[in-house]
Amino acid sequence: MATTVSSVSKQINPEVSEVIAVAMSGGVDSSTVAAMLHAEGHEVIGLTLQLWDQNRLAGKPGVPDAPKAGRCCSLDDVYDARRVAETIGIPYYVVNQQDRFEHDVVQPFVNDYLNGRTPIPCSLCNNHLKFDQLLLTARQIGADRIATGHYARNEYDPARGRWILKRPADRAKDQTWFLFGLTQDQLAHTLFPLGHLTKPEVREVARESKLHLTDKPDSQEICFIPGGNYKQFIANYLDEQGREMPDSSGELVSTSGETLGRHEGIHNFTVGQRKGLGLTAPNPFYVLNIDATSRRVTVGPESELTSPILHVHRLNWIAIPGLNQPRRAQVKIRHVHDPAPALLEPTVGPDGSDRVKITFDEPQRAITPGHSAVFYDGDEVLGGGWIL
Amino acid sequence: MRRVYMDANATTPLLPEIVEAMRPYWMEHFGNASSIHQQGQRARTAVDEAREILAQFFNCHAAEVVFNSGGTEGDNTALFGLLHPGDHMITTSIEHSAVIAAADRLAQEGIETTKIDPQPNGLIDPMDILRAIRPNTRLISVMLANNETGIIQPVEEIGKIAAQTGVYFHIDAVQGAGKIPIDVQKIGCHLLSISGHKMHAPKGIGAIYIRKGTPVSSLIVGGSHERRRRAGTENVPSIVGLGKAAEIAMHALDSGVMHRLGELRDRLEQGLISKISGTGVNGVNTDGSIAPRAANTSNIWFDNLEGEALVIALDLKGLAVSGGSACHSGKTEPSHVLMAMGLDKNRARASLRFSLLKTVTEADIDYVLSVVPEAVARLRELAPAPEPTFSATALA
Repeated sequence: MATTVSSVSKQINPEVSEVIAVAMSGGVDSSTVAAMLHAEGHEVIGLTLQLWDQNRLAGKPGVPDAPKAGRCCSLDDVYDARRVAETIGIPYYVVNQQDRFEHDVVQPFVNDYLNGRTPIPCSLCNNHLKFDQLLLTARQIGADRIATGHYARNEYDPARGRWILKRPADRAKDQTWFLFGLTQDQLAHTLFPLGHLTKPEVREVARESKLHLTDKPDSQEICFIPGGNYKQFIANYLDEQGREMPDSSGELVSTSGETLGRHEGIHNFTVGQRKGLGLTAPNPFYVLNIDATSRRVTVGPESELTSPILHVHRLNWIAIPGLNQPRRAQVKIRHVHDPAPALLEPTVGPDGSDRVKITFDEPQRAITPGHSAVFYDGDEVLGGGWIL
Repeated sequence: MRRVYMDANATTPLLPEIVEAMRPYWMEHFGNASSIHQQGQRARTAVDEAREILAQFFNCHAAEVVFNSGGTEGDNTALFGLLHPGDHMITTSIEHSAVIAAADRLAQEGIETTKIDPQPNGLIDPMDILRAIRPNTRLISVMLANNETGIIQPVEEIGKIAAQTGVYFHIDAVQGAGKIPIDVQKIGCHLLSISGHKMHAPKGIGAIYIRKGTPVSSLIVGGSHERRRRAGTENVPSIVGLGKAAEIAMHALDSGVMHRLGELRDRLEQGLISKISGTGVNGVNTDGSIAPRAANTSNIWFDNLEGEALVIALDLKGLAVSGGSACHSGKTEPSHVLMAMGLDKNRARASLRFSLLKTVTEADIDYVLSVVPEAVARLRELAPAPEPTFSATALA
């Protein structure tokens, strides 16, 4: 068994024995990583981030009194991760980062929605918690690197003198879109041992390693919102904080400026949304734009949902040190989206910060402020930024 | 790798002679102490003998000793068994959660609690307790030694206040038992709870002293065990173990074991503070001396690091210690004990408890003094630099 297991990740990590902290979520992927690295002879330490207390909003509207099983950062996941660590025989610790998670992920998540944007909390969590705080803790306690169960590949390219992030073998599981914010230092201290494997292969390794959770389903939802009702979460969170839900109700208007109806608040909308508009028309309407200042939500037919141009800010570069001149790339603007060919052009924002203007060859559907746009050159992640 | 266990306040291992004393009572003398037959009589004798030893340990009558499942049950028994709606209770803000959570539950039933804060050295001022007494005050509950700092509370003075004002007095002696002599007559308390596993007996066994005539209703009802004060078939092997543990503890207290332990603790503490900058002891008096403490406990703050990471780093180096109390690990809140003593949040979060077993050796101390400075240095070296006040662009 050990040979099957070890042959896989050695491709990334040819060195002999290292102290490696594995970020264990209690799922199949990260559990398998821990088993693989241990089988390879590394000194493995299991770490789980405790990010959110699922009991915090228990009993509030729409939230069960007791948290449901099988959610990320739930006690069940800690239990699963601990059992895996016991099975493998590695030391295991829970690292509490609830304060930081609330400050760096939950609060921006709520504020984005209240300002008409649609956030991606997983990317924020990667940037601020997993590859920042957890990596720091891992190194502080004596680990050389951390390993995670993300489907991505990273390698050092001596010619360019840079760490490169690449799309994984299993394209269907590609998580590079969530990882565009990784710095060179973070990439240098991170291992993605699943980058060369497909999900069925990972489950097979988990089975060979006799992990009890081989058939555990993948988590799909936002970990701190079991059930997935983000509107209810925002209302409950604001209530818990003693804050009033700001009144952001306003008009639903057409692209020509005609008032079609009213809405209860801009946080209920996402660009591209069709359901819940409360409008009856022969052809379905879609949310085209959310204006936080005027609280106006512009709606229109699907044909008007596509646009060729977008701008991003708060950039991070990976395969290249920066963008000095226009260049071609493929750009991915949501988790389920094939990178589409586009032209990248460096621009400067009113505050003097670097921005990128993206012009797609073919107009793209539902460009969503608050999401990220990630730039690819084939398999390589060039960099990315947040959509304005 | 060498492993050194310095978390005795979380739990202790059974001593070999305690295991030996218990051994016959699982299979050979397995009887139910309530049975008439000879197997039952044998078990009854063992329970009675253990009760006699505990009576010596507390300095009370054997009939005043009730065996139970441990410290939490004892604390719960005292509070739930004695208080009724409309009563007032005085306790402290540094109690174990077995008292604090019970008081919180009672608050919902109309029993008010006054929680007295300690002074910065961790000691409760008995005068604060006196001042908090009301006409309807029925119970004072104060711990003997604090689980996190080891600091010993002035229970004799508080006992006098209780006697003068006619208030019942409960002591959570879980962390004091076996480390300092206990004399319930001298203290003048009505209730005192202890736990076996903090003094080398098994987990899941404890005892509470209930002074004759104290109207405590039973927390667990059923049969007439323990003179109707605690139902449930007696856990005979564990009761035997607790009796043996109390006997060994009394002997140790008489023979200077604690004095030697205190010297080793002091060497450890002074070694850490002199080798590592930005450290200090929690529980310092205004004159720089340290408040009276259990001889095995040292609680030390470390500036500029995360206590949680240090606990993990040290465990990986073979040293078992804890930050805050074990019951609170996994919680994001800093220690309520250290916060009540007035530490700032960062320092409270970066405080570690070293609690030594009586079996600790000089070599253990040397090992700890070699690994802790190294681990602290690595943590501090990798810690993110504090946020600069001015950004480079603002200065340009």
